[in-house]
Amino acid sequence: MFALQVLVNGLVLGCLYACIAAGFSLVWGVLNVINIMHGSFIVLGSYLAWMSYSAIGLSPWTTLLIAAPLFFAVGYLIQRGILNRVIAAPVLVTLTLTFGLDLILNNSMLLAFSADYRKLLLDPPLGTLAFSGLVVPVDRVLAMVLALILTLALYIILRHSRVGRAIIAVRMDRDAALLMGVNIRTIYAVAFGLGAAMAGCAGVLLALIFPISPLSAGAYLGKAFVVCVLGGLGSVPGAVLGGLFLGITESVGAVVFGPEHSVTLSFALLIVFLIFRPHGLLGKKGYE
Amino acid sequence: MTRTSLLILAALVLVLAALPLVGGPYALRIGTFASMYAILAVSWNVIGGMAGYPSFATAAFFGFGAYAGGVLLAAGAGLFTAVAAAGAMAFLGAVLLGAILLRLRGHYFAIASLAVAEVLRELTNAATDLTGGGMGLNIPLSSVVTSVEGEARFFFFAMWVLLVVTLVVVVAVERSKLGFGLRCIRQNESAADMIGVHATLYKSLAFALSGIFVAMAGVLYAGWVHYIEPPDVFDILYSVKPIVMALLGGLGSTLGAVIGAFLFLGIEELVWRNLLQIHTGVLGLLIVVLLLFLPKGITSFADTGFWKRLRQKEGRRD
Repeated sequence: MFALQVLVNGLVLGCLYACIAAGFSLVWGVLNVINIMHGSFIVLGSYLAWMSYSAIGLSPWTTLLIAAPLFFAVGYLIQRGILNRVIAAPVLVTLTLTFGLDLILNNSMLLAFSADYRKLLLDPPLGTLAFSGLVVPVDRVLAMVLALILTLALYIILRHSRVGRAIIAVRMDRDAALLMGVNIRTIYAVAFGLGAAMAGCAGVLLALIFPISPLSAGAYLGKAFVVCVLGGLGSVPGAVLGGLFLGITESVGAVVFGPEHSVTLSFALLIVFLIFRPHGLLGKKGYE
Repeated sequence: MTRTSLLILAALVLVLAALPLVGGPYALRIGTFASMYAILAVSWNVIGGMAGYPSFATAAFFGFGAYAGGVLLAAGAGLFTAVAAAGAMAFLGAVLLGAILLRLRGHYFAIASLAVAEVLRELTNAATDLTGGGMGLNIPLSSVVTSVEGEARFFFFAMWVLLVVTLVVVVAVERSKLGFGLRCIRQNESAADMIGVHATLYKSLAFALSGIFVAMAGVLYAGWVHYIEPPDVFDILYSVKPIVMALLGGLGSTLGAVIGAFLFLGIEELVWRNLLQIHTGVLGLLIVVLLLFLPKGITSFADTGFWKRLRQKEGRRD
């Protein structure tokens, strides 16, 4: 029973990780840019949920409908205005640039919200589900289901919409896509916007579970890194698989090694994967 | 490296040594930080600038050095022993780690090197018996120098000497076969491999060289500030700042890294003093402006306007 509980905890965590990583993986795969701002976008989404709930009583699932277009617009503009200028530059430049942007964003959040931890407390609380010894809080289940729906939505957009197919085309072969008449700069901006929207929405969901502070941005970013490398780059199924893998590993690891080693465990996993299977569980070899 | 830049480099370092003559404790503090930043930037330049591998492992080396040295100092070892031991451990560790990590390229290498610092920080946090964990580590005052000002002076010169050693070694490497091989690797690694550059060995050596002096600087830092804690010495900003400095001075040149480090420290001090609340934001802004508008750092200015006209004038006179 205890083992089952640990597994369920891992699954819930894993679905959230998948949602965090899906957008990050999309940006990395399509633009070849590691977006260090991803963690701060997530925290910003959490603040949006917290503010709209405490100020006008908007429930987090309603906030999702605001967060998605809002973050998409922010991401689109950042890509159009700033990142498109250096998109062809080496890793060092793009990585350091998003790091610089992240420092600005994170510092602004610290000024605006202070470093205090906030918590979104639903009133009345949703309670817990319990069946035959398994206990799962309802808010977690809700967050998990919404995270899965969001990730699925991203998958459907990529697979079945015109713009989504263009994104995949650019990801597979930039130059061929250009020759087929795809406007690469717009596609880059749309992909970055989608990544930001996923981050913002994931933040809204995480607000249901975790305390909110600008200081958590780094931890979320770390999870996104690890999940991307575990699952393989640029594919939504890869992010889901990587997320579940990390979630279960972490919750089992917390029991076996103790919770203080969870970060060490996930980063050690990252390094091992980078060395032995850099294309991840689902990625194709030579495709990174 | 040309004769002129070598002379400028020597002049800069000598001017730095003269700092205690003109200023009080504040000048000593600035001077110590200037030497430390220059060590970090010059070291990073070996792997990042010369070999072209975007390493984010500087914080890992720095933190490792600070803790290895700090533990030794707290156990009663002499400063010199601690510096030498931490340097040797960092060098060996980096050669081994480099042989594994440097098989990765681009983003993957960047992330793996970033993860090394995270893992080391968490391990340090967890090893409470050895390192004090999250409570930090106190390092006793040295028994040789007793006055506060004398100690500040001592650590300033220690850091300065380390900078000189770093520069001598790095410039020697730059001019040697190793430096040539590293530049080949940056331009085209497969081609370098083909013409007989032992890429794995060269890269590992470059990685180790980029670590050893940073770790030693970490020991001096620990001895100097007397108290270290994991989030302080394993701060990711220690990985990012040297990159910014190298970019500021123009990527790939040792002189540029030193100038960039001094310039960066100047900017940082101004911002710290006047805009404490938003200093990381200003650092971010600096990075963005630098990368978008000055891709070659301050040497970008040399290509435009004033300098060009000046050079043309000189040309006509000849």
